[in-house]
Amino acid sequence: MRIEFDEPRCVAAGQCAMVAPELFDQRDDDGVAIVLNASPGPDQQDDAREAAAVCPAAAIRLVAE
Amino acid sequence: MNRIVIVGASAAGLTAAETLRREGFGGTITLISEESDLPYDRPPLSKQVLASTWDADRLSLRTDEQLTALKLDLRLGTRATGLSEREVWLADGTGVPFDGLIVATGVRPRRLPGASAHVLRTLGDALDLRRTLRPGTRLAIVGAGFLGAECAAVARGLGCAVTLLEPAPVPLAHAIGDQVGRFLTAVHEENGVDLRTGVTVTAVTENGVQLGGGESVEADVVLVAVGSVPNTEWLEGSGLTLDDGLVCDQYCAAAPGVYGAGDVARWHNPLFGLSMRIEHRTNAAEQGMAAARNLLNPGMPFAPVPYFWSDQYDLKIHAYGYLRGHDEVEIVEGSLADRRFLAAYRTDDRLVGVLAAGMPPKAIRRWRHAIATGSSWKDVR
Repeated sequence: MRIEFDEPRCVAAGQCAMVAPELFDQRDDDGVAIVLNASPGPDQQDDAREAAAVCPAAAIRLVAE
Repeated sequence: MNRIVIVGASAAGLTAAETLRREGFGGTITLISEESDLPYDRPPLSKQVLASTWDADRLSLRTDEQLTALKLDLRLGTRATGLSEREVWLADGTGVPFDGLIVATGVRPRRLPGASAHVLRTLGDALDLRRTLRPGTRLAIVGAGFLGAECAAVARGLGCAVTLLEPAPVPLAHAIGDQVGRFLTAVHEENGVDLRTGVTVTAVTENGVQLGGGESVEADVVLVAVGSVPNTEWLEGSGLTLDDGLVCDQYCAAAPGVYGAGDVARWHNPLFGLSMRIEHRTNAAEQGMAAARNLLNPGMPFAPVPYFWSDQYDLKIHAYGYLRGHDEVEIVEGSLADRRFLAAYRTDDRLVGVLAAGMPPKAIRRWRHAIATGSSWKDVR
């Protein structure tokens, strides 16, 4: 699984960093998300799906590899 | 369970469908939508779409491949008109039987009497309004809630002359408090919006709007943004409880095997001990997930910290919690004068919400955590 992040869509809600802190953080100045790990391991894939589902801007897309 | 019907294919309904598949449901999912567009996102309608910075195709919530992978029985342009024991009735008179049902029919804009006016809920509404806004267009917006305020900001950016009409003395005071409401008022006035408070609009006319005192405001274009009405008429007579929304318990259940999600659902949020109906984008997705999970495996209370954001000019506002009906607001970090602040909201002895502008995300997250864990006001002050 690969995480694709569409940064211009991000609204800085921070939902991703809350549900998947190992995969996402936020920039300090404007809160826009940062992908910490674009290739989540098997034990992180549920968190990645949860983050994509709760993103209010639909800015996180998961692509099967 | 073999057949699940979801009525409503916006954020709540779509997320419910995805969650059912993620949780391993292999049966039929019928997703019914009154709108004929594939599921799309609504928050950008009053922002990037109205400003013409995004084309409509950027609003798609999922790609065609993602939708195909869900193996849905997708019924677009189809209106649900009634519900009996285990069947949803459609406008063409046919019925769709189900073992499980998720109601995600959302809300529609409240309108005013008189001539027709613009409202903003659907992509079509946004495109219709956008076509009318040019430099110099006189736009009257009825209602200075978040939707009206965002549209005012965009329209000023497009060079329109904007009059914003609001019945309350301070816009949004009931939702975010007097102090923050006054702050937003000042922001709009600085940006050249003619904001008139304490005025009631009684009707839309051919050349503007009629006010309660007999006065009128002339406008080329009128946008009515005075709140919304839950789409529950089709559930009347079904035996489900309707009271400003579909009434659900803390599991989002309205009846055995029947769940509600998104703007239409009024459910008991155990985190706040309150019945609430939340018209926020984030809640739609979270509640869609919760409803789907509880339909398959009942027993997980839905106890979120509600969240919304609003873009107005260069200001981005984030709010967490349930601010409505608060007893006290205090600016606990930064200051309104610096346009960089965090306001905390108290109800009884609890911290129930925060609203922030220009604050670093980590500062906000700490407060959100305090809300999620039910912190008392005296512990955080």
